[in-house]
Amino acid sequence: MNTHTLMVDLIRVSTANVFSTMLGVDLPPGEAFIENGTPESNDGVVSFIGVAGAWAGTGSISCSPGVACRICSLMLMAESAGVDEDVLDAVAELTNMIVGSVKNDLETHLGPLGLSIPTVVFGKNFKTKSAGTTDWTVVRFPWDGEALTVKMCLSPSEKSHLNCHMMGQTCALDV
Amino acid sequence: MVVDDSAAIRKILQRVLRQTGMSIRSILEAGDGQEALELLKSKSVDLVLTDVNMPKMDGIQLLAALKSAPQWRHIPVLMVTTEGGETKVGEAVKLGAAGYVRKPFTADQIKEKLAGILEPALPL
Repeated sequence: MNTHTLMVDLIRVSTANVFSTMLGVDLPPGEAFIENGTPESNDGVVSFIGVAGAWAGTGSISCSPGVACRICSLMLMAESAGVDEDVLDAVAELTNMIVGSVKNDLETHLGPLGLSIPTVVFGKNFKTKSAGTTDWTVVRFPWDGEALTVKMCLSPSEKSHLNCHMMGQTCALDV
Repeated sequence: MVVDDSAAIRKILQRVLRQTGMSIRSILEAGDGQEALELLKSKSVDLVLTDVNMPKMDGIQLLAALKSAPQWRHIPVLMVTTEGGETKVGEAVKLGAAGYVRKPFTADQIKEKLAGILEPALPL
């Protein structure tokens, strides 16, 4: 199983589990693809969390303001009329749980990994880019006529990649 | 006391705690370990629920600080966190955590852990 396929499986399981446990929502399996090159423009809420260790990268969740408000309403059992601090906080926590669960499962394959504190952005017509990143594994989950997109990019950190070659081993990038 | 950098999680845990039927005077909130220790200097608490990954001072550092201080050593600490790695769990257990719940969690999972930790006080 390659890294992309593994991440798609883990993102699907983790997202479905977090939605069912924290929001009481059964999310259908999302459509998966690889995104490379220029990322699409965003309108709405995007949350990021960094992953570090022998492998490093970023996990991200993006959705419309309406989906973000719905996440917050279901999570806190209180109505959210617009994107406010509670809504941004709820999306950040959802990202922490989804990416954190993926990270926990990836650790059995990739070794110990750490997570950063999430960052959330809300705006219109903006693009995001992670420095040095090549391909993103993307899973787009349909939800009541809208979508929630979970993305992850992960690659061996330079030091661990160099160590593989110095020791004459095959590393994941070479497979 | 509920310690988490996410206000959403603090609200959810407050709700769960109030649903347990425990006799609760008040629930203190802190956004990180440092803030929790500051509050503890002037308030006494019976239980701490804490996240692990937080800015300034994380949950493991908070646990270590509580367990090394004679005045706070007796306070049970339940870790509620996304961190599921054996290293972090092992570290928390070694330092004296009363329990560990992984996010995402259900209200019943929290109540079940609390029942084990505070058995005499809970009408569960």
